[in-house]
Amino acid sequence: MPAVVMILVFSIFPLVASLIIAFSRIRLRSGSYQVRWVGLKNFEKQIFGSEQFHFLGTFAPISVAGWMLAIGATAGILWWLYRYASRRFTLVGFTGRLITAAFGIGLAFLFAATLFSGKQFGTLGVTLFYVFIGCGIQFIIGLGLAFLCTQPVRGRNIFRVVFFVPMMITPIGVGYAFRMIADTTKGPFSPLWQWVGLGEFSWAADAWAARIFIVVGDSWQWIPFIFVVLLAALENVPRDFVEAAEVDGASGWEIFRDVTWPQILPVAATVMLIRVIEAFKIVDLPNIMTSGGPGIATESMTLHSLFAWRALDLGQSAAVAYLLLFVTVVVCVSFFNLVVLGRIRKS
Amino acid sequence: MNHAAMPNRTVLQKLFERPSIHTMAPATKIVVYGILLFWTVFVVFPIYWLLITSFKEAADVNGGPVYLPWIDFQPSLHAWKELFVFDYKDTLKAYVNSIIIALSSTLLSILIGSMAAYALARIEYKPKFGTILLFIACMAGAVVAIARLGADLWPTLAAALGVFYFLARVLSRHFKLVVGNGDILFWMISQRILAPIVVVVPIYLMFQNVRLLDTHIAIILTYSVVNLPIVVWLMYDFFKSIPIDLEESAQLDGASRLMVFWDIVLPLSKTGLAATTLLVMILAWNEYLLALFLSTSRAQTMPILVAAMNAGERGILWWSMSVVIIVMIIPVVLMAIILQRFIAKGLLLGAVKG
Repeated sequence: MPAVVMILVFSIFPLVASLIIAFSRIRLRSGSYQVRWVGLKNFEKQIFGSEQFHFLGTFAPISVAGWMLAIGATAGILWWLYRYASRRFTLVGFTGRLITAAFGIGLAFLFAATLFSGKQFGTLGVTLFYVFIGCGIQFIIGLGLAFLCTQPVRGRNIFRVVFFVPMMITPIGVGYAFRMIADTTKGPFSPLWQWVGLGEFSWAADAWAARIFIVVGDSWQWIPFIFVVLLAALENVPRDFVEAAEVDGASGWEIFRDVTWPQILPVAATVMLIRVIEAFKIVDLPNIMTSGGPGIATESMTLHSLFAWRALDLGQSAAVAYLLLFVTVVVCVSFFNLVVLGRIRKS
Repeated sequence: MNHAAMPNRTVLQKLFERPSIHTMAPATKIVVYGILLFWTVFVVFPIYWLLITSFKEAADVNGGPVYLPWIDFQPSLHAWKELFVFDYKDTLKAYVNSIIIALSSTLLSILIGSMAAYALARIEYKPKFGTILLFIACMAGAVVAIARLGADLWPTLAAALGVFYFLARVLSRHFKLVVGNGDILFWMISQRILAPIVVVVPIYLMFQNVRLLDTHIAIILTYSVVNLPIVVWLMYDFFKSIPIDLEESAQLDGASRLMVFWDIVLPLSKTGLAATTLLVMILAWNEYLLALFLSTSRAQTMPILVAAMNAGERGILWWSMSVVIIVMIIPVVLMAIILQRFIAKGLLLGAVKG
């Protein structure tokens, strides 16, 4: 099994080594380096110390809206946990859900203390924004396009090929192309911008505009992936089912909800899982389009770690990377266990 | 809906009525084609913009937008010439690097990955969970010893293996929990969750230690491993879907396992191989982060070259940039258009069962 050996060498070994680096402070000398054990200091710095604004965000006293959000989310999550525990209880399942719940509540308070109190969130929030908002948009549009392409449309194959192309283009290229296109003074839409009175507006200087542009670029590239897979899944739904439902007088929406959706659900869940996993690793687009700016507004966690590495702060870099790994694992495992398995069991 | 009962239908009603079950109502048709065409424009426009920018003079780019060649502006080949005639060395080198790395890492990961997938699909493995933990513990001990206590690399590794072997012989009878093939497969797939940034620094240091930094071998090996989970995952489902009778009869006729794999199984899973190859090659071709760490100048790949063009003194030379990006995407897009049917099928099969 050379595959097992190779993965062992290239992932387990570096993983352990990375953990050690995360726990230590490394000084690079000319040609060599020096390792000093500092325990949890690196993580402490990210979560409580001087790097807190960078990773978690700038904190402010929680405002009324913030309290409402945090308490509402906490109550919802606790209610969900209680319902699970009272119905059927297994230790493993409960522990898993407990971790998910704690994570969710923590996030709710984080957002309440940063975003909803008028401050900005850090790289953690930005990464989660890319993952959830980006993947949500991509799934909806990808599914919609795939659905339209299964309709009796002429030239379906041409659409199919054209829609597929963006996936092939290197993310770097996508970043530069969108940077050109989004330019409000020299880009192709500058007359339009001027017409709506935003001629002098620079999207790269506005935190939310920059984030949204990155999500647009990311979506442009990854909708094809979701589209192609879902299209294949939709075409695998037996025609007879749909036609039988049509004869029975079901409306288009009813057919989709009750016939098509359960059929494509396993595929949809898997493709979303793949997409979410990949979305957590986003780095090229923010790096090219904004270099993480304005400030740290578009910096994803991978980019954060990369910048720390560039500053030769390997310990911080590894600590951020480990935090990213933790977040990814919690989100992906929760998603897989709760959404994918849950839905498949139901249908 | 009974047509005879409503003889006087207005034009508006006709618009929302389907002529037959296999066609759409006119209004729906307009909306559907409208959305599809809009999306086509959205997809094609950035590529079109890259293409025309590559033929623009500096003045045409900086002086505000111009859209149509020969009407708005006079296309010129200056950027193409600059890159291919005067200054072709860097580009060519990166291009060749990219091709070598993408091809060989794809080949390597397909080869190893499909063999592993085949083994997982056909042979039952029953390693004990405790043994694996023991192995990891020994390795971790070795790593700690090397990093913290400054022990030598190879003797420590050998000692760790020896300790592991000894302990495994003594203790393995007491381990009850057995790991199945499904668990191994899941573990491999879960490696994909691992963000490359987590492991890239140790990999960097590792290659620095063996003096392979900035070489093709380092990048090829790393890419192969990163893409291995995808190969194993997709190919596993393909091999599972092949009926086992064929292989059994071949084995009865005296073929070895390797021969069965090579002569019967691989030809049968051509679709899957094509899809997986294409996907892995695209990933290797476009990879940025790992290449950024592992290469500086000699083994520089195209994504790094493109990203580095940002850092010129004269600002970004959009026209040259566009040329490089276009040159970079042409082979992939051509290949993808030819093979796109395979990829849909391949991904679907993997996704349904995975």
